[in-house]
Amino acid sequence: MSKTMTQQEALQEYLLRLADSDMILGQRLCELCGKAPALEEEMALMNVALDLVGQARNWYEYAAELINDGRSADDLAFKRDANRYRNALMVEQPNGDYAVTMGRQFFFDAWHYFTIAALTQAPDERIASIAAKAAKEIQYHLRRSSEWVKRFGDGTEESHQRMQTAVDDLWRFTGEMIEADEVEQQLFKAGIGPDPEQLAADWRGLVNEVLTEATLTPPPEDAWMYRGAKVGHHTEHLGFILAEMQFLPRAYPDAKTW
Amino acid sequence: MYAQLVETGAKRLKTLEEMSPEEREFQLKVDAETKIEAKNWMPEGYRKTLVRQISQHAHSEVVGMLPEGNWVTRAPSLKRKLQLMAKIQDEAGHGLYLYSAMETLGADRDEEIDKLHAGTVKYSSIFNYPTLSWADMGTVGWLVDGAAIVNQVVLQRTSYGPYSRAMIRICKEESFHQRQGYQILLDMMREGTEEQKEMVQDSINRFWWPSLMMFGPSDDQSPNSQQSMAWKIKRKSNDELRQMFIDQTVPQLEFLGCTAPDPDLKWNEERGHYDFGEIDWQEFYDVLKGNGPCNKERIETRKNAIDGGAWVREAAKVYAEKKQQKQQNAA
Repeated sequence: MSKTMTQQEALQEYLLRLADSDMILGQRLCELCGKAPALEEEMALMNVALDLVGQARNWYEYAAELINDGRSADDLAFKRDANRYRNALMVEQPNGDYAVTMGRQFFFDAWHYFTIAALTQAPDERIASIAAKAAKEIQYHLRRSSEWVKRFGDGTEESHQRMQTAVDDLWRFTGEMIEADEVEQQLFKAGIGPDPEQLAADWRGLVNEVLTEATLTPPPEDAWMYRGAKVGHHTEHLGFILAEMQFLPRAYPDAKTW
Repeated sequence: MYAQLVETGAKRLKTLEEMSPEEREFQLKVDAETKIEAKNWMPEGYRKTLVRQISQHAHSEVVGMLPEGNWVTRAPSLKRKLQLMAKIQDEAGHGLYLYSAMETLGADRDEEIDKLHAGTVKYSSIFNYPTLSWADMGTVGWLVDGAAIVNQVVLQRTSYGPYSRAMIRICKEESFHQRQGYQILLDMMREGTEEQKEMVQDSINRFWWPSLMMFGPSDDQSPNSQQSMAWKIKRKSNDELRQMFIDQTVPQLEFLGCTAPDPDLKWNEERGHYDFGEIDWQEFYDVLKGNGPCNKERIETRKNAIDGGAWVREAAKVYAEKKQQKQQNAA
């Protein structure tokens, strides 16, 4: 990002990151419809997905107002290609087994929890109110995903093995979530969003606590990290997610309503 | 709805004189519209019939998530996506709620699910039809949930208390789903492109007859109905319910500006009802026997979900036991 970015531009960029991560994780959870390991989990997965897509809509609507170029919230969700998407790499990773689904959820929820908590204090009232509503939902998401990580880690030998593998495989996508770039630094200085250092410390603290309680081995903090989502360089998965999610608006560009 | 052929084990009704004192007392209670509760005495046939019916109903809610799951990842707008997700979540909730009602009768959810996967118990034939376009999300809401509501509104008065109460709660949500489904179609018909309108008509063409089949075989082919009606598990016959559905649906169809794929569908002034053509009963029995377009896929998906999730449930169980042990040790 160029240093000449105005605060307004930085904010638009940041709102899209929040929205896109919510949207893509919600989409991944939708893929599990009818395929969860228990009926109670069907309910819970769809519940979390609903919260996330609902939050995405709130962020997209605000972003669309600020961008003010005639695009609606739906246009932002359904008519941007992968290189314009700003979601974290973590959330676009495939569902895998349930340990991967829950590991991905936990790493994201932990980040989401501290990020949204800070946003509830934003001087921008719109952001603060969207965040306040989301914070309550995310508290439940985090409690649920931490519980599953502990269940798997400290459950059976098989579940322990699966959970450790999931943690190890997903670890490389955690770095970019807690490393602030210029956009996040700039917004933090303006009082919007978490203190980058604090966020990283809080995230690491919580993740270590939960993984340890789950009898899992936290991967090294200095492990190699995959980066790029903040400038639109995604993993190969995102293109396919969008091809599916955006199919109708793309196939019927003349349709004004659905 | 969703219970199309429920075996009662009785081909002929017993008279009051033929009944044991317990059976007679039970029947008089049913006749007096007193709800039967889990702790009350009930004939074994009544209990078994209810377990079959409620489990079919619960399985249908769960299998019914699959044709919608087919489009939830492709919903065309944020609003429609959120609506569909909420609907699916409601259905999972209905499934849970119905399994609980069934368990008050001494049945076991896992055992009933095993039977579903083994193909020995059924779910509604409607979910064996594929959802091929987005318009199907509207049609399923409007016609399929609409047909379900016609049946379930009546089932709110069913004689078994826990089932009746489940129906009251479920009906409220189903009516909401039906209106949302209809709105999807209406928006496309009113403001959509030609392609969208064609999508709607094509969807109605595919779902019209299967929706009518949801009410089960015609009354003269429904040997179990008489006992179910006497026990007030069923409150109206299959043909009565089908007629009610058609009568309420045709004006909605006309309001959409669409047609039904039935040349014999027309208002009969004398009867005060719509006449309609003969259902393809061969297709109905084929689908019920497992030879529908998606029977194999639906059961495979459900079976894979539950079988593949065995390690998940096992881990949760072991973890809970460990946790309990730790708490006991600490105490």
